[in-house]
Amino acid sequence: MKILVAVKRVVDYAVKVRVRPDRTGVETANVKMSMNPFCEIAVEEALRLREAGAAAEVVAATVGPAQSADTLRTALAMGADRAVHVLHDQDPARPLLPLAVAKILRAVALQEKPDLVILGKQAIDDDCNQTGQMLAGLLQWPQGTFASKIILDTEKQKATVEREVDGGIESICLDLPAVITTDLRLNQPRYATLPNIMKAKSKVIKKIAPEDLGVDIRSDMEVIEVNEPPKRKAGVILSSVDELLDKLKNEARVL
Amino acid sequence: MARREAARLLHRLGPLAVESPTRGMPHSQHESTNRIVNSCRRFHWIPSLQRPLCGPTTSGGIYEGQSSANKACEVQKRTFGSAATHIQRNPAYSELNSDDVSYFKSVLGENGVVQDEDRVMSCKCRLDGRLAVVPQGGNTGLVGGSVPVYDEVIVGLAGMDKIISFDNVNGILTSEAGCVLENLSKLVENEGFIMPLDLGAKGSCHIGGNISTNAGGLRFIRYGSLHGSVLGLEVVLADGTILDMLTTLRKDNTGYDLKHLFIGSEGSLGVVTKISVLTPAKLPSTNVAFLSCNDYKSCQKLLLAARRSLGEILSAFEFMDHHCIDLAMRHVEGVHNPLPASPYKFYVLIETTGSDESYDKTKLEAFLLRSMEDGLVADGVIAQDISQATNFWQIREGISEASVKVGAVYKYDLSIPVEKLYDIVEEMRCRLGDSAEVLGYGHLGDGNLHLNIVSSKYDDNTLGRIEPFVYEWTSAQRGSISAEHGLGLMKAEKIHYSKSPEAVQLMASIKKLLDPNSILNPYKVLPQSVL
Repeated sequence: MKILVAVKRVVDYAVKVRVRPDRTGVETANVKMSMNPFCEIAVEEALRLREAGAAAEVVAATVGPAQSADTLRTALAMGADRAVHVLHDQDPARPLLPLAVAKILRAVALQEKPDLVILGKQAIDDDCNQTGQMLAGLLQWPQGTFASKIILDTEKQKATVEREVDGGIESICLDLPAVITTDLRLNQPRYATLPNIMKAKSKVIKKIAPEDLGVDIRSDMEVIEVNEPPKRKAGVILSSVDELLDKLKNEARVL
Repeated sequence: MARREAARLLHRLGPLAVESPTRGMPHSQHESTNRIVNSCRRFHWIPSLQRPLCGPTTSGGIYEGQSSANKACEVQKRTFGSAATHIQRNPAYSELNSDDVSYFKSVLGENGVVQDEDRVMSCKCRLDGRLAVVPQGGNTGLVGGSVPVYDEVIVGLAGMDKIISFDNVNGILTSEAGCVLENLSKLVENEGFIMPLDLGAKGSCHIGGNISTNAGGLRFIRYGSLHGSVLGLEVVLADGTILDMLTTLRKDNTGYDLKHLFIGSEGSLGVVTKISVLTPAKLPSTNVAFLSCNDYKSCQKLLLAARRSLGEILSAFEFMDHHCIDLAMRHVEGVHNPLPASPYKFYVLIETTGSDESYDKTKLEAFLLRSMEDGLVADGVIAQDISQATNFWQIREGISEASVKVGAVYKYDLSIPVEKLYDIVEEMRCRLGDSAEVLGYGHLGDGNLHLNIVSSKYDDNTLGRIEPFVYEWTSAQRGSISAEHGLGLMKAEKIHYSKSPEAVQLMASIKKLLDPNSILNPYKVLPQSVL
């Protein structure tokens, strides 16, 4: 069985993000970039499934500029078998949206023919939480999102997924092939050990252009301006209910 | 205004002496926090009285560790005087009386003077009159240098925490001495620079204290000693003279460079009130690797290889033995072992800092893979993002805190030639057997071993088996008995293990010249016999 894992290169989780002075986007020059934490969890889960014998091959894929190859190398250093790099140079005014990414991943999935596609539930730069769901829709495959536990039954070709939902944990059963997106508590990603980093050097990264996949990724959306949220104003301690009513009526205008 | 006050205070101090308690300790600070009023004044004078010879705690090391240790278990106290020479209170010092207290209040205001109400003694007869003083910063010192021994008045500099200026072209920071290191770090990092030193105690230690003790820390291997980074100081001398050497010049060869006397003098020659320090540029790319080695010799060879292969990007090289890792895993919160499968004896943390991410990473990977092939490294991991790197550092920085949680810690900070560095750890293990756990870790890149011996409780028997053997051993290797922690009270009588008698005599002459009444931080740094 083959597992396809999609990963994304984002600004590192620990970096304090700033808006560029020209307000076209977030400052990414000279800023540490890493694999999206949810994607790390996705890679880890795929590796664990392979180690448990449920899968034979783990393929990592990403859509991004040349530097995204670093992210793929991290996935390979963790233990993925090979990688696919769909090259796309980011234009900050017309960023790649989840729908476009989902279309590309669909094309990759149709080529690779995996039994399972695992993605992080969302990227920490746009927080969209859409790619996995859209991909499942485009492929017409079942989806298990916000997975906190995955159990594969290769004989019956089913996956039991426990999902973290608002009300608690929901358990669903999916027929394979399926799309799963990972949530934080699924696992603790492993470190990239030196022996694995060494092995990763000989692993293959296949480079493709979106046109080769026959996907049109023209964006309908244009980013006009990016601003920081307004600074939080200090609160005011009021002395009476009358004052509260007055402020709600005249300042906040909610009454 | 602060400087004049400081000067007046010290001038007045000439004639006075006070009984003060072990107020400086983190413990009592917690208990008496409601008494210590945080004021806008420049100095805190804390005259209050207590039983003499209450020694400072050994575990006054890391502030954060102390507070969490307090919650978990009772932190043990240890009197420094136990095996060392019994220090008598020098009767030449005067005692505090109400006139003095009212004078302090007149200079600092009602809030600037803190007194322990139930212990204030009534007027005592004034002797010849010299009031002894202990300058105190963040109280994270590990040799009792910031804690009064008898009734010295504590001069707390926490109120002097203003940033005076930051030159963001040259990276020169000028600030008052009471600024916390972590706050300064954050400030300069916002401007694209970093502080030249970094230590586990950064959340509490003051830059004035760092300079007075010539603190080393984790970045020493890359940015060198504070003697190189500090550009200027303002110091208040014992007689109240304000010595203004606060320059921001990189080069100034006019006369004797006096600031070096005060850097590392542990408050015994003057009180540092303002500092100017050169901050290096913050480089964007940091890579951290956590490695395991089979034996100590490999660690040494790895250091040599790292210097050659990583060269200019090497910014930290720390080592620790497996006892330290076990301890850290048990007691430090939120860390997990990067190399769980390795039962190796030694672990090394290497950090590189450079300007090009991919170039540095390639260099580091190539170096580590080569080291693996050469058998120097048994196993290792490279951090893939900042959270992983932070985890590695938390393990290394948490060892000291973790050892406090076990029980009693005997801490030694030794500079030893690199080839022999680990031998003392093994010798101590032989000497102590099962009675205590011996941890060896430290800045291998600087030849600095932190020897920590941990046992369930303090007892003189164990202490007797450690000291003076550890000092004699170090002396025999021509090493330093205090690489970066200083002498303070703990090692005041031990300077002869690492310095010649002629040198010590000259130090005493300088001390007598700058502080003839010996009121600054008495009983510390130099042995009583030479003063």
